[in-house]
Amino acid sequence: MPETPLIKAHGLTVTRGKRVLLDAVDFEIWSGEALTLIGPNGAGKTTLIRALIGMLPHSGTLTRRHGLRLGYTPQKLPLEQLIPMPVDRFLSLSGERSREKRREMLARCDAAPLQDTQMAALSGGETQRVLMARALMRQPDLLILDEPTQGLDSPGEARFYQLLAEIRAETGVAVFMVSHDIHMVMAQSDRVICLNRHICCSGTPGVVSQDPHYLELFGPRAGIAPYQHHHHEHCNHD
Amino acid sequence: MIDPFLIKAALAGLLVAWVAAPLGCLVVWRRMAYFGDATGHAALLGVALALSLSLPPILGVVVVAAAMALSVAFATRGGFAADTMLGVFSHAALAIGLVAAALLPGVRLNLINTLLGDILTVSTNEIIMIAIGGSAILAVLAFAWRGLLNATLSPELMAAEGGSLLRDKLIFTLSLALFVALSMKLVGILLITALLILPAAAAAPLARSPERMVALTALVGSLSVLGGMWISWEADTPAGPSIIVVSAALFALTNLGPSGRA
Repeated sequence: MPETPLIKAHGLTVTRGKRVLLDAVDFEIWSGEALTLIGPNGAGKTTLIRALIGMLPHSGTLTRRHGLRLGYTPQKLPLEQLIPMPVDRFLSLSGERSREKRREMLARCDAAPLQDTQMAALSGGETQRVLMARALMRQPDLLILDEPTQGLDSPGEARFYQLLAEIRAETGVAVFMVSHDIHMVMAQSDRVICLNRHICCSGTPGVVSQDPHYLELFGPRAGIAPYQHHHHEHCNHD
Repeated sequence: MIDPFLIKAALAGLLVAWVAAPLGCLVVWRRMAYFGDATGHAALLGVALALSLSLPPILGVVVVAAAMALSVAFATRGGFAADTMLGVFSHAALAIGLVAAALLPGVRLNLINTLLGDILTVSTNEIIMIAIGGSAILAVLAFAWRGLLNATLSPELMAAEGGSLLRDKLIFTLSLALFVALSMKLVGILLITALLILPAAAAAPLARSPERMVALTALVGSLSVLGGMWISWEADTPAGPSIIVVSAALFALTNLGPSGRA
């Protein structure tokens, strides 16, 4: 029996006023895979994520596999939060009633000592680990991570990817991640989608890194050359 | 022996303060003080319209305040900053209400009491209405509490976990509209937002969890109501503003004291 994708987007289009933010985007997310979304600023990456989690009106179809459980980590919480919120209470807002289970999940994400800390007092890396614990509380089939390493220093970043690799190995959860970190993407993803309002290219990291559209967007030394905007009317959707 | 009308006024005031606690915390957490203003200011137009149609004022207030809250909550900003839009709505509502009160036939409105409150003349029926309406608000908020907190923390996270942002918006805005109608008598429409945010802001530095902040806010609100009425009685000052003055003093105490936020 052919496998059903976790999420299938077909002709996904999002407009704001007359501006087209996403133009006829097609892709699937498959069970267990690590799929990474890259693209220049303003390419519509966050728009795509917001459409996926059901926050944006769109045209085209967006089909979730029946019973799909979604875990999501926002880029960051809009802190400085005025709401007093201990980490443990934050995790319980996922619906998990057992403090013991919440502690286990924090431990799984290297954040056990933080259980009674205020959310507003966490560092960037600690916040990401707590957000990850919350996303995992729901035993998701798919994790959607919106630039999880933004604002982390290099050791923090390496630690986060290490944690993500462990969690994937342990649970087999699929990961759909927005990232700026080209090198980490190439090392850790099964597939990469390069977005610039439409999908410019997609495939395994090896294939994408040789694609002319990718090289045009990110430069021959991927991520070092400044991006210059061009319109690709002829861009091939593969 | 304390006068029965004082007991009635204190009872009404305490009921309003308790309902204000969870709503006020949400307003503070969501940075929506201006939103409270807009909803409160719409109440004057509601009173004027209801009186001109010979309907109970509270009905007019609920309808107009809800219409205002919903249109602000769902309006697109059209290129303006959020605070500009809310300022436009809020002050336009107040001005239109004042003009309508003067223009509409058959409206004899005690403007000062509407603007500043008139708690010492609260009737038994009004207390019963505050108790029923307040209980309804508290029940809905308690039922939807987890969703309200999630939407406050991160609308994206709430949507991803399958929550309804539309439901959250409706609950929040309609509760606020009903609260405006119930609390007008206590502090008047000019100070309704103050009744929401001052006790919550005074409680914030002392609270370690959202629920404890609500409880502390209810406590600060209760002290403000009782303290304000006592001042009003002793010094013959208007009760509504006196309540807010006590709230402001408590805010200063918790926020500027040595244990307050730096």
